[in-house]
Amino acid sequence: MDDLGAAFSTALGLVAAGDPALAAIVGLSLRVSVTAVALAAFVGLPLGALLAVARFPGRRGVVVALNALMGLPPVVAGLLIYLLLSRSGPLGRFGLLFTPSAMVVAQAVLIAPILAALSRQVLEEMWEEYAEQLRSLGAGPRRAVPTLLWDGRFALLTVLLAGFGRASAEVGAVMVVGGNIEGFTRVMTTAIALETSKGDLPLALALGVVLMAIVLTVNALAQAARDTAARWAGG
Amino acid sequence: MISWILRRGLLAAVVLSFAANAQERSITVASTTSTEQSGLFGHILPLFTREAGIAVRVVAVGTGQALDIGRRGDADVVFVHDRAAEERFVAEGSGGPRRHVMYNDFVVVGPAADPARVNGLRDTAEALRRIAAARAPFVSRGDRSGTHAAELRLWRQAEVDPAGGRGAWYREIGQGMGPVLNTAAAQNAYALTDRGTWLAFRNRQELRIAVEGDARLFNQYGVMPVNPRRHPHVKAADGQRFIDWLVSAAGQAAIAGHKIEGEQLFFPNAARPEPTS
Repeated sequence: MDDLGAAFSTALGLVAAGDPALAAIVGLSLRVSVTAVALAAFVGLPLGALLAVARFPGRRGVVVALNALMGLPPVVAGLLIYLLLSRSGPLGRFGLLFTPSAMVVAQAVLIAPILAALSRQVLEEMWEEYAEQLRSLGAGPRRAVPTLLWDGRFALLTVLLAGFGRASAEVGAVMVVGGNIEGFTRVMTTAIALETSKGDLPLALALGVVLMAIVLTVNALAQAARDTAARWAGG
Repeated sequence: MISWILRRGLLAAVVLSFAANAQERSITVASTTSTEQSGLFGHILPLFTREAGIAVRVVAVGTGQALDIGRRGDADVVFVHDRAAEERFVAEGSGGPRRHVMYNDFVVVGPAADPARVNGLRDTAEALRRIAAARAPFVSRGDRSGTHAAELRLWRQAEVDPAGGRGAWYREIGQGMGPVLNTAAAQNAYALTDRGTWLAFRNRQELRIAVEGDARLFNQYGVMPVNPRRHPHVKAADGQRFIDWLVSAAGQAAIAGHKIEGEQLFFPNAARPEPTS
């Protein structure tokens, strides 16, 4: 119980002191995860929308595969990217291993299937409602994709937040491809893992409290933006 | 379509902004958890960077993995502690020449209750025999690290095969030094650790040093560049500059100056190679 209390007071102390090292770690965590979500959304959302409207042989198989990939273990995604980006791997000449860019790629690979699978689910339900209407306007399935993405934007925000949650919470992939280099690739989750290794459990938990506060803030901001936009759209 | 291109361009810009800060002059060093977690790098690297203008990025993993990172060309310098594995690394042409940098020692830690009755022994082989005979829990790295290699060597010297205790009292967790100490503390188990990590470790609970001071517990660290002929992108000159600094008077003094609660963690010995290994 003492440790838990110590963790919360340490967390408050860390934030109040405005420690620049902590600020840099928080900043990098946000930059990496937000960029990864953007990158994954680029591939995942159109793919999800396409799967929602298109009917082709083998579609079921693709949907099942995407759903399964939502459970891709971060450390496996990390290893895959590690072997691709290593100097001895096929993409080695770019020298991206142990850089923040590698961490972005690994997290994007991890969450793109989540965005695709969840948006497919959300948009398919919308498509069932709209299909008639859009067809009567002469929109084929391919033309329907941008319309669906736009009309489903509020529901898709939740999908993006799910992806962001997964990205900012995972440690396995960024540890492997980023290397947890102090001042360069250390993010919140790898810092927590490091402090746990050093046996400084209250500090590790304090960092966890700070991470949760950040994720909560991001979610609250997104919710507020969504509510505001919905009010404008409604009025 | 235009907005699509715009957004794509924006995205590329974000990704490139990450790449841009990779341009600062720097080298990547694959090293061990013991040097990182004991705070040694936090102490000496700023001194080197101030003098040479080269940032040092440390990837801290077990010795086996650190050598593997060097072998793949993903680091410029390897700084580890398993002499036999390091000499294989040099012999196979992955890097070198190898230089001695410093040493510290291993200690056997165990619960204060000392169920195997090894407290205060100086003979590590005898201590391990007693632990095995008592079937007292022992946590092993099990991760091909330098400490793991040293532990397996000590079991051989004790003529005990701990594999027989697998799944019972001999627990290989396949993780770094810190997690091993956390596990040993939680399970009141014995473990072999380097002294530096032990001194910096905060979650000791009932753990105490049980065995220390045996010549067999000597722990030598070596440093070597990755072979630039095999990996042409390696920053050979800057990497060599770091190695030269580590073994110079300034680097050796910096290593000696790293203390926790007044206790020196590493002893520079670049000039005088180790007595035994």
